[in-house]
Amino acid sequence: MRVYADNAATTYMSETSMKVMVDCLKNANGNPNSLHSEGQATKEVLEDARAKVAKAINAANPNEIYFTSGGSESDNQALISAARGLKSKGKNHLITMSIEHDAILNTMKKLKKEGFDVTILDPQPDGIISVDDIEKAIRPDTALVSIMFANNEIGSIQPVAEIGKLCHEKGVLFHTDAVQAAAHLPIDVQAMNIDMLSMSGHKFHGPKGVGALYARKGVKLLNIVEGGAQERGKRAGTSNTPAAAAMAAALEEGVANMEANTAKTVALRDRLIEGLADIPHSRLNGHRTKRLPGNVNYSFEGAEGESLLLALDMYGIECSSGSACSSQSLEPSHVLMGIGLPVEAAHGSLRFSLAEDNTEEQVDYIIEKVHQVVAQFREISPFWDELERGVRKHVI
Amino acid sequence: MLYSEKVMDHFEHPRNVGEIENADGVGEVGNPVCGDIMRMYLKIDDGIITDCKFKTFGCGSAIATSSMATEMIKGKTVKEALELSNKAVVEALDGLPTHKIHCSVLAEEAIKAALVDYYKKNDMELPPEIKDFKPDEESDL
Repeated sequence: MRVYADNAATTYMSETSMKVMVDCLKNANGNPNSLHSEGQATKEVLEDARAKVAKAINAANPNEIYFTSGGSESDNQALISAARGLKSKGKNHLITMSIEHDAILNTMKKLKKEGFDVTILDPQPDGIISVDDIEKAIRPDTALVSIMFANNEIGSIQPVAEIGKLCHEKGVLFHTDAVQAAAHLPIDVQAMNIDMLSMSGHKFHGPKGVGALYARKGVKLLNIVEGGAQERGKRAGTSNTPAAAAMAAALEEGVANMEANTAKTVALRDRLIEGLADIPHSRLNGHRTKRLPGNVNYSFEGAEGESLLLALDMYGIECSSGSACSSQSLEPSHVLMGIGLPVEAAHGSLRFSLAEDNTEEQVDYIIEKVHQVVAQFREISPFWDELERGVRKHVI
Repeated sequence: MLYSEKVMDHFEHPRNVGEIENADGVGEVGNPVCGDIMRMYLKIDDGIITDCKFKTFGCGSAIATSSMATEMIKGKTVKEALELSNKAVVEALDGLPTHKIHCSVLAEEAIKAALVDYYKKNDMELPPEIKDFKPDEESDL
């Protein structure tokens, strides 16, 4: 049986999205900046896509949507714009969280080198940031708070509306990386006081290589890509209309079906969480309920994540791991470290990210195989042996 | 593919997994914080490694390198085992990704640690190859 359970890494493209993309490649693949008919027909498709993206997050105006190459570019532009843009106003302080995506953390690192003061807050052990902690960290010179909508590894949903309200009251810009949330959780940028928001097409059954940055009217964007005057002069490069249209179609479809998809995915998620709970010395990472509909992240003590992942792959189950050995850097997941998980437990972690097209049968198959491979690797693990003999202490 | 077919074969069907009771030499390197632990058991008769088993906690390449290393020293003399390099293990596996080379180092060191134990148990003088042996990732036990 093949079970794709890595939807947080990327999703398959939906039929709707693919059809829009192909139609567009055939019929509206001009340059929207051209004044002739083909160009103008393409421009119409592009602007229709912009309107759809705006509507999906309740932006006040489609002009507040800027198409980019994806979530990372959107994150880069949002942070750099807020930091460098507000510097002349004496604002030199940025706030973020330790379990953000690298697109945020590495951009913050770069801004720190430029001389900005960066505060990186740890979330609570359940992976959710305390709004009080943000409030305490805000200073008169704070330019921006950037807190993700929901975490990509452990699924924790952040109190975005409360953070937006706080930032609004304090006169601080609020950016949220909503790459994992768009089309999966309700987003209302106006009601939630979000000034900037990043999304990526391929996380909700759209194409790769396309994303969007929402920037509320009045928020000044600085260019990352210089060149022509596309995207209202804020993002140069001939518009990738087929990708933007396909992303917008996928987003529209996801938002329209959100309620039904969420109900289905949450039921599968909870079935998986409960099904793995009887594995001794294991723990669910992240909040039990305030988590993305399809996210399940477990640590299994005494077994190593990459081995578990490879063994599951042999059974047709595709997932991911936060172990050091499954990363190029050989550092365990900074998210699992950020929630205070002991490093030896982080090495034995697996993430399953389910989608609405997964089935109960598939979930039961995952449960069966995870039990099997965890037992199998513990059997040959000197670490497990030492834990069981009491030479080492269990941390889970 | 991340790994060669040989690595995947040794990962999927590791050779010589287990423990040896009353082994003549046992060595353990690595620790859970680093994310990999290898333990080697040697049975040695008349200077020949007649049996060798391992237990490994670690990634796919850690398991594959342990498995390959046991195959490479089984039936060999202690002297030959002392000369086994991590490079030879990597070559036998048709290569490893650069960031996984340390797994092969661990395998070499696990064998050396077991041989140190063997020499010490028998009150023999440590040969030059392992006289000042100190593994990269020392066991914290």
